[in-house]
Amino acid sequence: MWKHLPLWKLLSTVELSTSITKSKAIFSSALNFDYSKPHYIKFFSSGLYFIILFLFLFFSDPSPNLTFQSLQQPKTTTDAMALARRSSGLLKPLSTASSSSLLQRRPFSTDDTTTITVETSVPFTGHNCDPPSRSVDTTPKELMTFFTDMAFMRRMEIAADSLYKSKLIRGFCHLYDGQEAVSIGMEAAITKKDCIITAYRDHCIFLGRGGTLLESFAELMGRQAGCSRGKGGSMHFYKKDACFFGGHGIVGAQVPLGCGLAFAQKYRKEDHVTFTMYGDGAANQGQLFEALNMAALWDLPAILVCENNHYGMGTAEWRAAKSPAYYKRGDYVPGLKVDGMDAFAVKQACKFAKEHALKNGPIILEMDTYRYHGHSMSDPGSTYRTRDEISGVRQERDPIERIRKLIFAHDLATEKELKDIEKQARKEVDEAIAQAKESPMPDESELFTNVYRKGYGVESFGTDRKELRATLP
Amino acid sequence: MASIFQTIGAATSLSSSIDTNTSRRSLSERKASFVVVRSDAAKINTRLNRIGGRIDHLITNAVATKADTSAASTASKPGHEVLLFEALKEGLEEEMDRDARVCVMGEDVGHYGGSYKVTKGLAPKFGDLRVLDTPIAENAFTGMGIGAAMMGLRPIIEGMNMGFLLLAFNQISNNCGMLHYTSGGQFKIPVVIRGPGGVGRQLGAEHSQRLESYFQSIPGIQMVACSTPYNAKGLMKAAIRSDNPVILFEHVLLYNLKETIPDEEYVLNLEEAEMVRPGQHVTILTYSRMRYHVMQAAKTLVNKGYDPEVIDIRSLKPFDLHTIGNSVKKTHRVLIVEECMRTGGIGASLTAAINENFQDYLDAPIVCLSSQDVPTPYAGTLEEWTVVQPPQIVAAVEQLCQ
Repeated sequence: MWKHLPLWKLLSTVELSTSITKSKAIFSSALNFDYSKPHYIKFFSSGLYFIILFLFLFFSDPSPNLTFQSLQQPKTTTDAMALARRSSGLLKPLSTASSSSLLQRRPFSTDDTTTITVETSVPFTGHNCDPPSRSVDTTPKELMTFFTDMAFMRRMEIAADSLYKSKLIRGFCHLYDGQEAVSIGMEAAITKKDCIITAYRDHCIFLGRGGTLLESFAELMGRQAGCSRGKGGSMHFYKKDACFFGGHGIVGAQVPLGCGLAFAQKYRKEDHVTFTMYGDGAANQGQLFEALNMAALWDLPAILVCENNHYGMGTAEWRAAKSPAYYKRGDYVPGLKVDGMDAFAVKQACKFAKEHALKNGPIILEMDTYRYHGHSMSDPGSTYRTRDEISGVRQERDPIERIRKLIFAHDLATEKELKDIEKQARKEVDEAIAQAKESPMPDESELFTNVYRKGYGVESFGTDRKELRATLP
Repeated sequence: MASIFQTIGAATSLSSSIDTNTSRRSLSERKASFVVVRSDAAKINTRLNRIGGRIDHLITNAVATKADTSAASTASKPGHEVLLFEALKEGLEEEMDRDARVCVMGEDVGHYGGSYKVTKGLAPKFGDLRVLDTPIAENAFTGMGIGAAMMGLRPIIEGMNMGFLLLAFNQISNNCGMLHYTSGGQFKIPVVIRGPGGVGRQLGAEHSQRLESYFQSIPGIQMVACSTPYNAKGLMKAAIRSDNPVILFEHVLLYNLKETIPDEEYVLNLEEAEMVRPGQHVTILTYSRMRYHVMQAAKTLVNKGYDPEVIDIRSLKPFDLHTIGNSVKKTHRVLIVEECMRTGGIGASLTAAINENFQDYLDAPIVCLSSQDVPTPYAGTLEEWTVVQPPQIVAAVEQLCQ
């Protein structure tokens, strides 16, 4: 019986030493997560298991945060190492006074003037360009906005999950939770006149562009109040006034469209750029390279953003791409590799890319990110990766947690306030869902509207020179 | 700039004045014979021998036929003589002068002047960004044109040959045709996709494709086919001004047709058919190059005593069922002559549409002459047999009017 006690097993010396080394090795490169070999899973789980047990035994506190503080804490320019604890008051936040007056605990900081400098989790890697610096300036207001917006996005995606399971959302539903930092960081660096075009994982980007929760849920449920009047669905969210161009179902087809948007911006001599987003799966599409060639040829202000969540539906990136360094794939086009789970890294990269694109033409940004859900709601997400991997990333690299720790580190809000924000998000999402449920389904006549510009058949004369009004049988 | 909207010939006046009850044919007791005139090698030979051979002579005539085939475009005013590609260029240039958002993109349209000289001289005049030489990447530059259209420009995307646009089918179908619908009306895509297609002079199978049949079921697009310099210029202008995506089908062999077109500006109606030759006995519906084969056959038919009504349908999607319907009500017999493939071609859709709408007016089943369902061979004689020739048209009319 004793043989089966995991504690015994892990406390045996050999196991102990190997676990420690392997887990250290793994976690020291946690942010350059090596997905290329499947064996890491075993080391991961055993190391994690060991750490949890260790803490359980010696600290009677199950959180693993303590051990990995050095890796995941964003460093402030002051020397203080602030540790955030969720529930126990074992370690108080230690923040020494800097130029900002953060010692006075403000309940909910809307301060726009004081500057906080944050370091990104990992430095940027550049290809054919000098990467920007790791230090990002931000304000308390921005930090709180990041948290709030990401909480809303996360909540919306979770709610969409349960709506799908209760069959109110049908068809395809691709969820973005885990990748929120990309949308948030991008929005922080650009204006609403810069265009964004993406593929089908577009709910949160729509929110980031200014879409409302009601429009999102109504569109997902196919109601009239939806952003595309219920006729597009999950994969076709658009918002013209905020220059959000969707929302496309065919993998990779949006990249030439994005270069077309950039072409129009250059044609009109606008000072704006286009962010064309695609995934690691789409990065192998030929039309992407065709479009990139043209964008580079004519110096179009196009920024190609590869949201690398390491899986193209069920195929890991190392099984689909000979060279998974997507930021280098542009060859003559400069590229930048960014930690996509760090909103500030994304913000810095997008700012850098915008300046670059306006001067020199296209640039590729590779966002190293992760999705917690499967590819879509029909995909459980666990047949090609382990649950340990998912929970591991969730524990270490979660974008909302990172912001939360930053907020605590700078004393911008208390635990309770952040929980209140999350509750508020939940409440608003529930309200939006209720409102969306009340919105009616599109009228039957809507079947024939918006096929042509002036209405179906209005420009065709029909058999009696009148507007041909098509009706359902 | 005064723009004069004209319709070809006396189409409207003629159709509206026709009394639907009168003018039934004097020939009576027609058998409802169900002969679908299909061309195969043996039949061609026999027909040729019967009619009088000289198939080579007939072909060259059919293509080079000029102004006598088209109804008087503007008999009154003196115009200027142009070739078809020059007419297209005129239309394009006028629209680019008129609206700064109009731009052209395609392979070799700029410095080279266009592979069929449609855009010759435009690049020096408007600049490289407005007449854009793209690399050979149809999928990507069609997508680029559509993206530019979403942002408010009005691009004209040229495929050097229609067959190359198959590579861009995804962009044309999903993004071009459907975006207006899936965005709930937020975006309009006012692109014009144009290019030459059709069977040429021994160009081989891949360069002799007719893509009308593939594109016709894409929802949200309009398709037109031009056949004379007059309607080429008018349709080009109408297509550019339309807010819907329009695919303009030109034909490789028709670029050197000469005609006198009016000096003043005119725009044609995209959805309207053209009455080429009014008649009483049979309605012959055709488009693009086959119009000339039909007119050639019409000469023979007139000599034999028949009076065919020839309509160039021009608008392939949607069909101008008004003009067609009025004609069917008058003649009660329909012959469709097209260059498209037999299976799933424009003729097949047109047959279905006429049958649905004008079943009661038909005295005989609709006969549809189309190209053979084969890849176009290289050998000259074989190539002739893949498309419909005037003798076959004559034979079909004779059979139909028995």
